[in-house]
Amino acid sequence: MAKNYPQVLAEALQGQRYLIHQLRGGKDFVSRMTALGFTEGAEIMVIQNYGSGPLLTLVRGVRVALGRGEALKVMVLKINHEQ
Amino acid sequence: MSSSPAITRPPEQFEDLLDKRITVALAGQPNVGKSTVFNLLTGLNQHVGNWPGKTVEFKVGIYLHHGIAIEIVDLPGTYSLSANSLEERIARDFIIKEQPDVVVVVLNASALERNLYLVTELLWLGVPMVLGLNMVDVAKQQGIQIESHVLEAALGLPVVPMMASKNQGVRELMASVENLICDLSNYKPNMPTIREEQQAVVNELKQLITGLVPEPYLEDWVALKLLEGDEEITRIMQEHLADEQWTPIDHILSQNEDAVLAIASGRYAWIGRMMRAAVINPPRGQISLTDRLDRIATHPFLGLLLLIGIFGLIFWITFSLASPVQTWLDNVVINRSAEWIRQTLQGSPTWLSGLLADGVIAGAGTVLTLLPILVVFFTALSLLEDIGYMSRAAYVMDRFMHPMGLHGKSCLPLLIGFGCNVPSIMGARIIEGERGRILTILVAPLVPCAARLAILAFLTPLFFPGNPIFVSWVLVALNLIVLVIVGLVANHLFFHSEHMAFIMELPLYHLPNIRTIAMDVWQRCLAFLHNAGTLILLVSIAVWILASIPGPSIEDSILAGLGHQLEPLGRLMGLDWRMMVALLTSFLAKENTIATLGILFHNGNGMMTSTQSMISQIPPISALSFLVVQMLFVPCAATVAVMYQELKSWCWIFVSIGLLLVISFGFGIAIYQGSLLFNFIIHTLTA
Repeated sequence: MAKNYPQVLAEALQGQRYLIHQLRGGKDFVSRMTALGFTEGAEIMVIQNYGSGPLLTLVRGVRVALGRGEALKVMVLKINHEQ
Repeated sequence: MSSSPAITRPPEQFEDLLDKRITVALAGQPNVGKSTVFNLLTGLNQHVGNWPGKTVEFKVGIYLHHGIAIEIVDLPGTYSLSANSLEERIARDFIIKEQPDVVVVVLNASALERNLYLVTELLWLGVPMVLGLNMVDVAKQQGIQIESHVLEAALGLPVVPMMASKNQGVRELMASVENLICDLSNYKPNMPTIREEQQAVVNELKQLITGLVPEPYLEDWVALKLLEGDEEITRIMQEHLADEQWTPIDHILSQNEDAVLAIASGRYAWIGRMMRAAVINPPRGQISLTDRLDRIATHPFLGLLLLIGIFGLIFWITFSLASPVQTWLDNVVINRSAEWIRQTLQGSPTWLSGLLADGVIAGAGTVLTLLPILVVFFTALSLLEDIGYMSRAAYVMDRFMHPMGLHGKSCLPLLIGFGCNVPSIMGARIIEGERGRILTILVAPLVPCAARLAILAFLTPLFFPGNPIFVSWVLVALNLIVLVIVGLVANHLFFHSEHMAFIMELPLYHLPNIRTIAMDVWQRCLAFLHNAGTLILLVSIAVWILASIPGPSIEDSILAGLGHQLEPLGRLMGLDWRMMVALLTSFLAKENTIATLGILFHNGNGMMTSTQSMISQIPPISALSFLVVQMLFVPCAATVAVMYQELKSWCWIFVSIGLLLVISFGFGIAIYQGSLLFNFIIHTLTA
């Protein structure tokens, strides 16, 4: 099995499922994100990521759009299919 | 799991209900159908205003049941109760300070886990709660099944399944509220827990603040909020405590600076345990209708095409449906009622009929004729909002808004601005964060409104008969380019290019609810009429007075005098005093420009119409300069009035007016002087 390193959400692949590893940002940012369901260990699916512009994600059953700047502050771990 | 520590109120007897007004607060996250529930409960028995001193909407209504009037307060929709946004502070302050008898939390069953997050926060405020589990039909479509009685048992809170859009469950919800008001003895909520590490710190903090927390805050809640790093509560406690009392607290807090994330994770873990038995989730990999629609609606290219198509359609519908009505109102109702006033008041002083006919009716009345256009526009936008499309529009536009320091959400009020700048400025309320809202309001007047588009449609064929449409497009494009530049510069100058976070929920698409849309359009129109009846009316009267004293005609008025005084400035732009006066009167309402030019260029001998005289007296380059200045000129009085209402600061309004004056005159001067210079060079070269 390939080693699984944390990566930024902004570089996550469309259609892939990830686990949220870390939120890197100010208290305001972290507080807003957690209220929308982004906490460490939560599953996140990248519905749309075209490499520029905002991202569309699915977290705790809710579609949440994130600006690219925000997606750079979220670290994720890829979920391997074998798991 | 800890037991309920917070409910201290004694059970109340039914007889007491008749003596005092009962207050029920409606809480809930955005996109849960809370306003539908509010409208069902209160109908037209509702009042919409602002929270005192704030630009957050405050809705209160009366629900009548068994002869008892229950006051329903609609709290702003919030995801949590931190001090992040004005809405969140308002919602929690209301619950803490006003102590409503019951808080009804409306939940979206299709997003239950995230919705219960707000419940975990509310439970610590110690007010009795009832959960309205709304949109169970939408959840079922998604394959989510919820056993509400299992959830009720797990949480220890009354849970009432509802379909507010189909008017189901609301009666049961209120029955549950009444039960709770009459008898609190069975109300034993299961208090949410956090992880042991953080709970230990909370306990430590609680010991340090016991007996020191100011009324009406609860110690448990304050201890938790301190650990979460809540700025407002930290400030309150720091001010309330002596330095030696605060120092040990500060020491603990500095060691636990990133506890907020761990606390949130703990809350979600608790929610997970509460939900486990009650919720059956759909199998993975199901593709819903929302996913299928979003493949187009949120696509960077197709989504943009769809957005342009939808708004093209809205413009087309608005102008083909409502414009004729507006023209009719303007020509028939306004002109005739002005005529009628003149005739009825023949015996009375001329200033009175002039004031009413030319000031009130022609000013505020003309603004009112925009109402049909706004009704059509509002209905279309409200429909798009209700089915869940508007957040997709914001998502698609996000990438284009960032250079201006704005994000996707700002494009929603700006799109409204093509109809009228007044609702566009009110619409800026949806933007969280003061900076984004102020910036949006600053650039909003640069969106060419229907009135300015009408001026273009009238004047370009006169002066540029060759290609009026091309000239119009160039002028509209110039406005939008200037909008982007102003946004860029203002963001850099006033807000130091601070990044504004774009985090937005995209709700599931669902069928529109006619009642919700109708109430929304009604409320928006009421707000517009309210403005027209107050501030716009006052400004109309003021401008009329300036245009009519000392008399007898507008040429001799103070306004004309001002026009003559401004002539040196006008000359730089190739504009004579009459065009300067036209610009000044356009401050009352943009479409006044045409009327003023008509009056001032009418040369009395009947040989030429006003338009012929305009064509013969205004060189094309002056006309171009005039159109550019007009398109970029200061917002109309109605817009300024609303800007004041929304910003509560004359400072920003002077910034906006000053900026637009400089920009519009700057462009006028550049165009006219540029052409003179160009001519001069051509002459010297050819001579």
